[in-house]
Amino acid sequence: MELTFSLNTAWFALIGVLFIGYAILDGFDLGVGALHLLGRTDDERRVILNSIGPVWDGNEVWLITGGGALFAAFPHVYATAFSGFYTAFILLLLVLIFRAVAIEFRSKRKSRTWRSMWDTAFSLSSMVIALLAGVALGNVVQGVPIGPDKEYAGDFLRLINPYALLVGVTTLSLFVMHGSIYLILKTEGDLQGRIRGWAKKAVGAFIVLYIVLTAVTLTTVPHMTERFRDVPALLILPVLTVLAIANIPREVTHAREFRAFLSSGATIAGLLALFGIGLYPTILISSTAAEFSLNIYNAASSERTLRIMLIIAAIGMPFVLAYTISIYWVFRGKVKLESMSY
Amino acid sequence: MDVVLLSRIQFAFTIAFHYIFPPLSIGLGIFLVMMEGMYLKTKKKLYEQMTRFWVRIFALTFAMGVASGIVMEFQFGTNWSAYSRFVGDVFGSALAAEGVFAFFLESGFLAILVFGWNRVGPKVHFLATVLVAFGSIFSAVWIVIANSWQQTPAGYHLVGEGANVRAEITDFWQLVFNPSSMERLSHVLSGCWLAGATLVMSVSAYYLIKNKHVEFAKASLKMGIAVAAVASLLQLATGHLSADGVAENQPAKLAAFEGHYEASAPGDMYLFGWVDEATEQVKYGVRIPGMLSWLVHFDSSEPVTGLRSFAEEDRPPVNAVFQSYHLMIVIGMALIAISFGAAFFLWRGRLYGMKWFLWMLVLAVLLPQAANQLGWLSAELGRQPWAVYNLLRTSDAVSPILSAQQAWFSLIMFILVYALLFALFIFLLDNKIRTGPTGLEDETSTYEYTKRGVESLPLDGRKGKT
Repeated sequence: MELTFSLNTAWFALIGVLFIGYAILDGFDLGVGALHLLGRTDDERRVILNSIGPVWDGNEVWLITGGGALFAAFPHVYATAFSGFYTAFILLLLVLIFRAVAIEFRSKRKSRTWRSMWDTAFSLSSMVIALLAGVALGNVVQGVPIGPDKEYAGDFLRLINPYALLVGVTTLSLFVMHGSIYLILKTEGDLQGRIRGWAKKAVGAFIVLYIVLTAVTLTTVPHMTERFRDVPALLILPVLTVLAIANIPREVTHAREFRAFLSSGATIAGLLALFGIGLYPTILISSTAAEFSLNIYNAASSERTLRIMLIIAAIGMPFVLAYTISIYWVFRGKVKLESMSY
Repeated sequence: MDVVLLSRIQFAFTIAFHYIFPPLSIGLGIFLVMMEGMYLKTKKKLYEQMTRFWVRIFALTFAMGVASGIVMEFQFGTNWSAYSRFVGDVFGSALAAEGVFAFFLESGFLAILVFGWNRVGPKVHFLATVLVAFGSIFSAVWIVIANSWQQTPAGYHLVGEGANVRAEITDFWQLVFNPSSMERLSHVLSGCWLAGATLVMSVSAYYLIKNKHVEFAKASLKMGIAVAAVASLLQLATGHLSADGVAENQPAKLAAFEGHYEASAPGDMYLFGWVDEATEQVKYGVRIPGMLSWLVHFDSSEPVTGLRSFAEEDRPPVNAVFQSYHLMIVIGMALIAISFGAAFFLWRGRLYGMKWFLWMLVLAVLLPQAANQLGWLSAELGRQPWAVYNLLRTSDAVSPILSAQQAWFSLIMFILVYALLFALFIFLLDNKIRTGPTGLEDETSTYEYTKRGVESLPLDGRKGKT
C-alpha cells in the first residue's frame, strides 16, 4: 500500500509538472498572441509572430502529453472531465485548430485583407484559449456535480460562473504579462520600447486581479486552504509565490527582462503548485457529495501501469528537457525575419 | 440518429481527415533524410535545393497533422468515455511512451529542420532531420500498437464487474508485441512510404510535363520511383502477413473480407463482387475457388471459418468490409504496376518523354491516400461490433451522458472547420508547388500593401524592411 501511495502521488505530481511546463511555455506564446494586434505594421506583427515561430508547436506538445498522461494515469478523471465538459472541450479544440492554422497561414499571401483576417484569428484564439484554461481551473477548484457513477451531472452553462470567469481573466492577464516580458527579450528598437509600456500595464493588471482572486478564493472556496492548515510548512510556497510576483515589477522597471521572465515563470509554477496542493489527493471535487469525488486512488490506473509509465518517464523526460533547452538555446536572441519565417 | 452512430461517424470523419497527413509526413521524412544525406556527401547545390523544397511541403503536412491530431487524443474522452475507462490502464503506457518519446522529438527538432538553416551547422541540421523522421515513425509505432491491442488484446486481465469492469495490464511486452501489432505496423509504414513517394513522383512529374525545374524534378523523381517500387512490394508482403494474422486472430473479419458465410468450408477469393447480406451470398462476383484457403493454409481444400459461425449480432457489416478490402487490394496492385512501369521506362531512358505516363504519375498521388483510407476502413469496420475485440462492444463504449444534440453540434462543427482546413491545405500546397524549388528567396521577404490598406497603416514607410 505504501508503494501505491507513492506511485499515485508521483503521478499526481508528474502531471502537475507537465501542466506547469505547458503553462509556462504555452503561457508566453498565448500571451504573445493576445498582444499580436498591437503591432502596427506588418513587419512588427511578423516580428511578434516569429518570436514564437520555432517554439509554439513544441510548447503545445506539453498539453498533448499532459492530456495523454492524465488519460493513462487517471483514466476516470480523463473520461469524466472530457465527456462531462463536452461542449467546452469541442470549442477549445476548434480554437486550438484555428490558432494553429492562423499561425501557419497568415504570412502565406501578401494581401492585406488575408493577413489581418488571420492576425485577428490568431489573437482572438490565443485569448480564448488562455481564458478557457482559467475557466477550467476555476471549475475544478469549485468542484462540479459528479454522481456515484463517476459521471458529470451538470450542463455546459454551469461551467460559466463568476468565480470561473474571474480565474479565466486572471489567467489571461498572467499570460499577457508573461508574453509581453518574453517579447521584450525578442525585440529591439521602437517596437521594444512600446512593448515595455504594454508589459508595465500587464503587470499592473495582473497584480490587481491576483489580489482580488486571492481574496475571493480565501472567502468562497476555503477547502483549497485546508492542506496548508494541516501542514504549515507548506506555507513557504505561497510566500515564495508572492515574492516572485513582487519581483516582476521591480525587474521590469530596471529593464532586467530575463530575470523578470524567470520571475513570471516562477509565478505560474507557484500558482499551479498551490492549486495542486489545495486539491491533493482529490483531482475532481464532486459538489454533489464528497464520496463521489475522483481522487488519485479511485480514479487511477493499476499500480503496474503507473510503475511502467514512471520508468518510461524517467527514461524519456531527461531527453525532453535536454532538447527543449537546446532548442531554446539555438533560437535565443532577437527575432530575425528570414525566408523561412512565418 | 443515435449517439453511438453519430460518435462513430465523427470519429471516422476526424480520423480519416487526420490520416491524410501523417502518412505524408512519415513518407516525406525518409526523403528528407536521403536528400540531405546526399547533400552532405556530395555538397551539390541541387540536393540542398531539393531538401529545402521538400522541407516546406513536409512542414505543411506536419502542421496539418498536428492541428487535426490534437482532436484525436481528446476525442476518446469526449465521445468514448466508457471505452476510455475500460482501456485507460492498458493504453496508458503506450500513450505515455508516444508523448515522451515521439511527440517531443518530432515537434522540437522540427523547429531546427524548418527554421534552423542559418542557426546550426549542416551536420546538426541533418541530425535534426533524422530525428524528426524517426520521431514521426515512433508516433506511428505507439499508436498502431494501441490500435492493434483493440484488434488482438494481449497482456491484460479483466478487473471489476458489470459496468466497472476494465482491462488492466499484466505484461507490457505482450501489449507491445500483441499478435497483430508488428505485421500491422509494417503494413501501415509501407503505406506511409508509398504516400510520400507518390507525392514526390507527382510533383516531379508535373514539373517535367511543364518543363520547369527539370534537373530538380528528374532527381526527385528517381528517388520517388525507387522508394515507391520497394514500398509497393513491401505493401503486398506485409498485407499478406496482416491477412494471415486476421485469419488466425479475427476470423469474423477475414470471413467478411471475402464474404465467406459457410461455417466450415474451403474459402474462395473474389476479384470483385457484391455481398447480399440478406441472402448471405456474393453476387456478380468473379472468384478463384479455394484461393482463400490456399492463402491461409497453403491448401485449397482446408476449411476457413465462415460468418455463420458467429451470431448475427457479432458479425461486422459484411459488404462494406468486403468492398473496402477489395478496392484497397486493386489499388495496391495498380501501385505496384505504376511503380515498376516507371522504373522500367526510366531504365529504358524513355520516361521523361512519355507525357501520358507522367500524367499518370501526377494523379497517382491519390492512390495510396485512397488505399490507406480503405485499408483502415476495412480493418476498423471489420472489428465491429466490437470496440475492443470480443471484450467491449462499440455500443457500450460511448460516453453515457452524451446527448444526440451535443454530438450533432460537434459533428457539424468538425465538418465545417475541416472543410475550411482542407481548402487551405490544397491552396497552400498548390502555392508551394507553383513557387517551386527556385522561388524561395523572394517569397516572404517583402510585404506589399494592397491599395486599399495603405493609408490606414501609420508606419508603412517601413515596408519592405526586414
